[in-house]
Amino acid sequence: MSAKRSRIILKARIIQAIRAFFTNKGFVEVFTPFLTRAPAPEPYIEAMGVEDGFYLIPSPELNIKRLMAETGLEKVFQLGPVFRKEEKGRFHNPEFIMLEWYSVGNNYFDLMDECEELIGFVLESLGMNRAIEYRGKQVDFTPPFKRLTVKEAFSRFAGWTPSSPLDEEKFDLDFVEKVEVGLASMGPAFVYDWPRERASLSRLKEDDPTVAERVELYAGGLELGNGFSELTDPGLQAERFKVMIEERQKMGKRVYPWPKDFLESLSKLQPCAGMAFGVDRFTMLIANAETIDEVLPFSIDNA
Amino acid sequence: MYDSSDLRKGLKIVIDGEPYIITDFEFSKPGKGQALYRCKLKNMLTGYTMDRTYRSGDKFEPANLNEVKMQFLYKDGDGYHFMNMTTYEQIDMTEDQVGDAKNFLKENMEVSILFFDETPISIDLPNFVELEVIDAPPGVKGDTATGATKPVTLETGYTIQVPLFVEEGDWLKIDTRTGQYVERKKK
Repeated sequence: MSAKRSRIILKARIIQAIRAFFTNKGFVEVFTPFLTRAPAPEPYIEAMGVEDGFYLIPSPELNIKRLMAETGLEKVFQLGPVFRKEEKGRFHNPEFIMLEWYSVGNNYFDLMDECEELIGFVLESLGMNRAIEYRGKQVDFTPPFKRLTVKEAFSRFAGWTPSSPLDEEKFDLDFVEKVEVGLASMGPAFVYDWPRERASLSRLKEDDPTVAERVELYAGGLELGNGFSELTDPGLQAERFKVMIEERQKMGKRVYPWPKDFLESLSKLQPCAGMAFGVDRFTMLIANAETIDEVLPFSIDNA
Repeated sequence: MYDSSDLRKGLKIVIDGEPYIITDFEFSKPGKGQALYRCKLKNMLTGYTMDRTYRSGDKFEPANLNEVKMQFLYKDGDGYHFMNMTTYEQIDMTEDQVGDAKNFLKENMEVSILFFDETPISIDLPNFVELEVIDAPPGVKGDTATGATKPVTLETGYTIQVPLFVEEGDWLKIDTRTGQYVERKKK
């Protein structure tokens, strides 16, 4: 009872610190709609449907970029719940708190710097050291965090290097069974330059279009965040959505309506970078919690 | 049939015709990739453990396991003989199948036997049994206060460490979960 109470208070303090960090830097906090007609057609993220043709957002990404494109806002963050069907496990709950921030003029390397700064600021606000212990392992958030490309991570932990076109089956399996296990023992680490097949809504690298300007942050065995240099070309993004929709159809998954409003706005979006960051998982690390359930008021099992 | 989303710790499934129990389970989703279900599994026949990763849409056959109340009849050259207390049907188990339970099985003892389809897998004994000492070396006088022990042989052939005051013909209460001496019983 009291352990839960202190974790709830801890999460509240983390959220306050996150708000202070972005507000101090001139970001505008937004609340784009939590209901959408057209979630991104990601092949492996399932939106939860509600009445009248609406879905709960699996991420605020499309809405935030559309808002920035339509209003010219340059620094924006949103903090709130997102919803993903069927995701339940030690690190997953179908509803969780996501922080997303976007800044015009930045790229994915700037996101890595911002992550280091943000985490340092939050730990300092909590009166904590940069080095914390999570499940018996030291996780030292003193910058700079380690930075390795997806290729480097695979050659180091899985003994092979992904190439184009990607063997997606082998990639996923070895990522989970070998790379994530290896990353768990190396402190906070950014894994960047993801295969183009996993570019999602990120820009491809100019000097090597087989990889995308996408980064993930790992710490203590947890995936904490995912960020992109954003793709701002509506034609390329539409092509990519078509491929994603075909993949969904092939797997017999529900096809969402075409994200027309998002795509129409995209030509007005200035080059920018955006990061998604899991607040519950970050709280798990700081609270030394074994499961995400321990940092939630109620998990899906007794929601 | 189970679906991958039914997988969880403690679930019992059939793989290559043998029953396995999931001893550890983790849902994993690498960035923008497919959902993967990582399991540690233990073969309920052999105790062999292995890791397996399953995908969305994989199907699993539930292991048909039943617990049946049985009475231990006797042991002979063919093995250990039990009788189903409801149907009076008899079954045999080999020494391997009986495992450590052989140290504590006494004629007429009621046990519960776990079956996978028709195959007996394991015996669940009462937590405590009373067994007679059939062989005990004499105790060394004056040493009883120090907690010293000596080995004695029980009627089942099992050798156990007991306090020095235990003698041949004594009845002992044994904890079958630890295999250890609890106390001497008056008979």
